Amino acid sequence: MNLTLKVWRQKNRNAPGHLAEYEARDIPVDASFLEMLDIVNERLIEKGEDPIAFDHDCREGICGMCSLTINGKPHGGKGGVTSCQLHMREFEDGQTIVIEPFRARAFPVAKDLAVDRSAFDRIIQGGGYISVRTGSAPEANAAPIAKDVADRAFAAAACIGCGACVAACKNASAMLFVAAKVTHLNSVPQGRPERDRRALGMVRAMDEAGFGNCTNQYECVAACPKQIPAEAIARLNRDFARASLKETLAG
Amino acid sequence: MTSIPRQSDTPDARIPSGPLASKWSRHKMDSRLINPANRRRYHVIVVGSGLAGAAAAASLSEQGYKVSCFCYQDSPRRAHSIAAQGGINAAKNYQNDGDSVHRLFYDTIKGGDFRAREANVYRLAEVSANIIDQCVAQGVPFAREYGGLLANRSFGGAQVSRTFYAAGQTGQQLLLGAYQALEKEIAAGGVKMFPRTEMLDLVVVDGHAKGIITRNMVTGELAAHAGDAVLLATGGYGNVFFLSTNAMGCNVTATWRAHKRGALFANPCYTQIHPTCIPVAGSYQSKLTLMSESLRNDGRVWVPKRKEDCGKPASEIPEEDRDYYLERKYPSFGNLAPRDISSRAAKEVCDEGRGVGPGGLGVYLDFADAIKRLGEPAIRERYGNLFQIYHEITGEDAYRQPMRIFPAVHYTMGGLWVDYNLMSNVPGLHVLGEANFSDHGANRLGASALMQGLADGYFVVPATLPNYLATQKPGAVTTGHAAFADVLREVDDRVSRLLAVNGKRTVTSFHRELGLLMWDRCGMARSREGLQDAIAKIRALRDEFWRDVKVPGTGAEFNQQLEMAGRVADFLEFGELMCLDALEREESCGGHFRVEHQTGEGEALRHDDDYSYVAAWEFTGDVTRPRLCKEWLAYEEVHFATRSYK
Repeated sequence: MNLTLKVWRQKNRNAPGHLAEYEARDIPVDASFLEMLDIVNERLIEKGEDPIAFDHDCREGICGMCSLTINGKPHGGKGGVTSCQLHMREFEDGQTIVIEPFRARAFPVAKDLAVDRSAFDRIIQGGGYISVRTGSAPEANAAPIAKDVADRAFAAAACIGCGACVAACKNASAMLFVAAKVTHLNSVPQGRPERDRRALGMVRAMDEAGFGNCTNQYECVAACPKQIPAEAIARLNRDFARASLKETLAG
Repeated sequence: MTSIPRQSDTPDARIPSGPLASKWSRHKMDSRLINPANRRRYHVIVVGSGLAGAAAAASLSEQGYKVSCFCYQDSPRRAHSIAAQGGINAAKNYQNDGDSVHRLFYDTIKGGDFRAREANVYRLAEVSANIIDQCVAQGVPFAREYGGLLANRSFGGAQVSRTFYAAGQTGQQLLLGAYQALEKEIAAGGVKMFPRTEMLDLVVVDGHAKGIITRNMVTGELAAHAGDAVLLATGGYGNVFFLSTNAMGCNVTATWRAHKRGALFANPCYTQIHPTCIPVAGSYQSKLTLMSESLRNDGRVWVPKRKEDCGKPASEIPEEDRDYYLERKYPSFGNLAPRDISSRAAKEVCDEGRGVGPGGLGVYLDFADAIKRLGEPAIRERYGNLFQIYHEITGEDAYRQPMRIFPAVHYTMGGLWVDYNLMSNVPGLHVLGEANFSDHGANRLGASALMQGLADGYFVVPATLPNYLATQKPGAVTTGHAAFADVLREVDDRVSRLLAVNGKRTVTSFHRELGLLMWDRCGMARSREGLQDAIAKIRALRDEFWRDVKVPGTGAEFNQQLEMAGRVADFLEFGELMCLDALEREESCGGHFRVEHQTGEGEALRHDDDYSYVAAWEFTGDVTRPRLCKEWLAYEEVHFATRSYK
């Protein structure tokens, strides 16, 4: 198949960027989207041009590294898949495809389509963990967890930290990312002792990192390749309100 | 006949004396400790942030050491441990089905075809239960039963249910647990994290590993880092085959650079080829996707009996014209025969010209019988997500037509040689997880990779590293030492040379050519002539690479082609050692099958008297002439036996 690509090119974080046009000819329909970019890059290199930089690693939808906005939709808008899991048979011969990075103030461009998502790591540092030292763990079956609670924690823990939720949100809010981790850890008994501290710490780290506010429109949920439920956001709001109130009352 | 104990010429493996079951306790008692107040004066460099690296970095920081951790991804959470699907073994015996530390130990030694070190494997089995406790305390959401307790499944042909799992995302959940522990320590100031930073060389000062040279992958800046010890947790080398189930960035550079600075590389020819992957569809393909082995519980593997039928749709081939070759050859295990055996059987039928799909490199995994027996909803419930992945990649509906599968490189058992402390022969250089050679012998059992990575990171190295550190004055070597400037200059020269070739061929074209050669000659079946031919071709390809590779851009910028070029240059050297190791090992064992060494029925034939050793290769200054050192394996508890699955 033949395609026209409009690709965001930006040399580094401080340089201005622009959309450049490329013809992608004779692309096999069974190729993945990233393999299509590989083919385009091989041809650019052979012509002595600078290949397109994009993040990718596992290419099976679990590492969260790939991060393309395709025709305005993070991960292409198919739902339930990452950019690396898209295949060219989803596109039409002759189609024009616009490829941009995940855009957000908190995700500065490193080069072309690759962005810096270290703000997510800083949010985890704000409380997205359970403070247990290696060696100090009790016997694993000492604390039974009801299956529905375990299943809820697991569904939230499926987040791969790709940032599609941020890229999909008009305010570039990281609310779904934070909500997923808070729901996971605050649901299980092991995470209860730090429940308040976690909600406050992570939300504050999110604000400091420059993410926007949540206005409950759930574009994030639609874009999430792991289908983290919107219910997580309600849980985060509840936990944050509860922790804030306790903090205020404690003066 | 009992074999005569032979003299190893590898360094002392420092295996504690005494009965197997008490070696680890005894070793911990005999090990040196560092006063808590002094620990912060020691700086430990950890390269890699997968299960082994993140677990070690977090645990050492918790103890009070100052840690720097490096990873090539944009976040430590993305290390390739994340992609492991199946589960993690532990000798908890929650199922009351006869499991024990000793049984897990024995299964691992036997599964490794009697080519692993007894003491290390026993310790692995011993700490396995602590790993589960640790992960649960971190909030890892393992599968549970209705009573709220942890669930187990049987995996990889094991006769007990000892595998803990989190749906098909066990690796992800375990890695996130370790990652969160790491981020906790970063927040506490104990660990400094360097993401998008690649280790390009090891710095050895007076024979001790004292630092690394890195490249910042965003700015291109080269930097020296000094430490009191260096821990490599940089994973396996499966990408020497170009196509594998590894992530695109997985590479041999850190371990290969360490090898060229003196570390022995052990058993590089031991590679695991997983039987159930989605076949290659075309020359553009960049990676292979694993389909969980659990599919073989209900799918039947077959190919047409006659070559002429291979082009026909499966539905037009009547039952009597199908060859269910695993059921035919291994009636008692059938479609559940172990990984190495199933993979080789698939290769044989494809070599006979009876493979299906593009290029004839595939076999059918057919669910028609299971659907007829159990109904489509039951199959959908068991494997729905896998059928979905298969559909996304191939566009085919496996409920209506058989899946096509083919073996793919999945894991590498070889790695840097380490002693019982996980220290290489270069003092101070410790190696963890898939990057070392120590626990899986010639073949790894399912659900054991996650166990080993976490055992090394959480429990082994935190206990053994002080043995080395206690001999060192903290901070004695700084980047001001001349050795750092020398190695930095060498790394800089190498980067400049890659950029200066300015030839005509892309890095990927070389990588793909090397991968095909390795797959063909050093893959599922190996022969003397094939390996000799491969070595000659690899040398020629390496020469051509340095004459004709084209690396665009500069070193002082975000340059993914430059990153790949450095890695492929190392694979082009490493591939030769792999073939040489395979050539030297005149037997078949585990993942290493030499066509000259098989039974009349085509089964692997080990030669324990001559080859029950670890082949540890020393770099001599010339990549074409490494020196072989042998660590003879002494078995005190187990007796050699032949694996049979007939």
